[in-house]
Amino acid sequence: MTGAVLLLAADPAQLLPARELMAFSLGTHILLVPFGVALPFVTLLMHYRALRGDDPVAMLLARRWSAVMAVQFAVGVVTGTVLSFEFGLLWPGLMGRWGDVFGLGFGVEAWAFFLEAVLISVYLYGWRRLRPWTHFALGVPLPFVALLGAFGILAANSWMNTPRGFRLDANGDPVGVDVRAAVFTPMFGPEYWHFVVGMFMTAGFVVAGVYATGMLRGRRDRYHRLGFTVPFTAAAVLTPVQLFLGDFIARSVFHQQAVKFAATELVWRTGTHVPEYIFGRLNPDGSVSGGIRIPQLDSVLAGFSPSTEVTGLTSVPAEDRPTTGQATLVHTAFDVMVLIGSVLMLLALWYAWARWRHRDPSRSRWFLRAAAGAGAACLIAVEAGWITTEVGRQPWIVYGYMRVSEAVTTTSAGTLWAVMGVVVLGYVALLAVFVAVLLRMRARWRLRDERTGVRQGARPAAGEAPEHAAPYGPRPRHLPGGRR
Amino acid sequence: MIADAVAWVLVLAVAAYACGGGADYGAGFWDLLAGGARRGDRPRALIDHAVAPVWEVNNVWLVFVLVVMWTGFPVMFQAVFSVLWLPLTLAAMGLVLRGAGFALRKPTRRLAERRLFGAAFAVASVLTPYFFGAAVGGVASGRVAPGGSASVSAWTNPTSVLTGLMTVAAAAFLGAVFLSGDARTYGTPDLVDYFRRRALVTLLALAVLAGIGIALTRDDAPYVHERLTGGPGLALVCVAGVCALAAAWLLVRGAPTQFTRAAAVGSVGAVVVAWGLAQRPYLLPTSLTVAEGAGARATMGWLVIVSLVAVVLVGPALVLLYRLESRGELEPDPVVSGDPEDSTGTER
Repeated sequence: MTGAVLLLAADPAQLLPARELMAFSLGTHILLVPFGVALPFVTLLMHYRALRGDDPVAMLLARRWSAVMAVQFAVGVVTGTVLSFEFGLLWPGLMGRWGDVFGLGFGVEAWAFFLEAVLISVYLYGWRRLRPWTHFALGVPLPFVALLGAFGILAANSWMNTPRGFRLDANGDPVGVDVRAAVFTPMFGPEYWHFVVGMFMTAGFVVAGVYATGMLRGRRDRYHRLGFTVPFTAAAVLTPVQLFLGDFIARSVFHQQAVKFAATELVWRTGTHVPEYIFGRLNPDGSVSGGIRIPQLDSVLAGFSPSTEVTGLTSVPAEDRPTTGQATLVHTAFDVMVLIGSVLMLLALWYAWARWRHRDPSRSRWFLRAAAGAGAACLIAVEAGWITTEVGRQPWIVYGYMRVSEAVTTTSAGTLWAVMGVVVLGYVALLAVFVAVLLRMRARWRLRDERTGVRQGARPAAGEAPEHAAPYGPRPRHLPGGRR
Repeated sequence: MIADAVAWVLVLAVAAYACGGGADYGAGFWDLLAGGARRGDRPRALIDHAVAPVWEVNNVWLVFVLVVMWTGFPVMFQAVFSVLWLPLTLAAMGLVLRGAGFALRKPTRRLAERRLFGAAFAVASVLTPYFFGAAVGGVASGRVAPGGSASVSAWTNPTSVLTGLMTVAAAAFLGAVFLSGDARTYGTPDLVDYFRRRALVTLLALAVLAGIGIALTRDDAPYVHERLTGGPGLALVCVAGVCALAAAWLLVRGAPTQFTRAAAVGSVGAVVVAWGLAQRPYLLPTSLTVAEGAGARATMGWLVIVSLVAVVLVGPALVLLYRLESRGELEPDPVVSGDPEDSTGTER
């Protein structure tokens, strides 16, 4: 207890606002990431189906999703640019000392992002200016470029968790940088695959959720069924994969970051036959209040045997581990993520069973309700997973080498809170626009489709192209309002 | 050697951002000065119409500048962000407000709201380049040194004010040149002249500012001043001058859009490269050289490789996009069967 108080007293006053500001900006940005990474893939899936089956409804969906993709990407650029500023504005100590060891990943990401922006524009412009299969072929690199971007960011994040690829000289500065070792750190593989599959699942379930909601409201036309089935199937196939990958990353944390694992599972003292807690709160004396206690299970999960020794939080001094409050937060976030993953697994099994029996699962309103909620649940799981990995790393910014408090800016706490106020206002406005633009696009498309009957399968008549509805899509050749 | 290569990558990325991002900021500048709701309606409609597709890509240049700074020259990155904390924070907030304001104005119909969001977009479009320019002035005048702490004078000094104003003017110049071309593309001849006049006026303003700058920086930023008024620095300044004159001549003659744009971009890009030349061998004159500030050798090598691979990949994609964008003919719409003639008259 006194250790924690001393720790708080030693922390500079600006640490809290700096962490909160970073958390807010990253926490917002990460909600957009699944779509930047995986919406191109979902769209191309639908596009392929449209081309193969000469299906005008699928084509219309793909084309509209490409417009949504462009709007989302533009918002993501703003929030992403702010993040790269914050590295310098909030954590100058991190970049100044370690920038040349782990910064390269960001370089890969920046170029991948650039390429993705250009390719999305090409894809959007291509609808009317390229031959169908040429256009599709130019879209195919998009998911790979998105994966490359994720590679860069995850390389940087996993390095912060398991830093490698350097030696320390007499002054404690990193020398002898080995780029390959710094990129492919022990946590890189587990983090990368868990993250990427999570992004694809989230994008799939969110997009499917939109059409599930439409079906719940009685719009059970072909347009909605197709818009639901393609992304939902993709996400459902990935769900069991993600369960396996989630288990893999948890065990990697157990081996590579023992103290973080202890916070995740609320293990106070190192020992064998460690119980598993489902939820619950860690008290400063090491006891756990609330939650469900399952004897032996944590040891079994970590090493497949009750006699597996699990390192506890108290194995390191109080100033080198998360506080009890942080441990409770990490544990709760982790359990929320696991819970959501398990429920989604049940949903995927329900879907698979119904499809296997040649039944239409969407005839069940309960299934549709669950499917509509799956997207939101995925977004919560993304946030929870991110909290687990970032708060679990505390108090280190470079695990074992640099504390967050050593990296923080010297700017006063008051200034940082004021900046945070502006950023929150700006982001709220930005997200409000994002949602408003999407809703407006939806309203226009619905109105148009009611006129044309395209959702029932009629060949659509001439009209405004979907991508023109996006504020960042190609422009019609004339100014609204016309010549004067 | 490899550090020099990375330093040039950095300078070129700054130049690309100055040109690409500059045109977008300039559009915001003219939005701000377009006058009341009625008078400014048509220029603003053109700005809304023309800016949207490109601005998102241009922000990525900025991200790349930051990444090269912290990966290639971490000590410099730390020094710049510590000493110039406030202007860079204001620039970042300007980026958010600009993005939010611009996107918000589009779907909004009510005049009062359009005014509010439009003002956020336009004011942020002027302040953001100003603060970037002021930060550059702080570096060029030698007021940023490793280990320094946040300082007001590092960005309120005469050189910073001048470079800030010049950045805004250069953005306004590029914006007017690009919008004049867009006005032609979108068939609004009256706006072609409107923006042409404004491009010429800002070019004049830039020349005046440059004249003041020569006198002002002699004592305030002696290191860079000396190398901009002699040797290769001067040669590039002359290139910038020639490009600017060519742009003016092409504007007056009403030459094809691409030539005018190339000349305008050339003049702004040459100024940035001249600044890079004038700082040699310093990253931060006169406290940190490129060699001293360079990051780990292995990382620098990889940074150059990553940049080269990226140029090879992004280059053709950009060319393709440009060709698609400028190609007037549209293929028959795969979604829309039947008559390609558009019923609403919004596309052809």
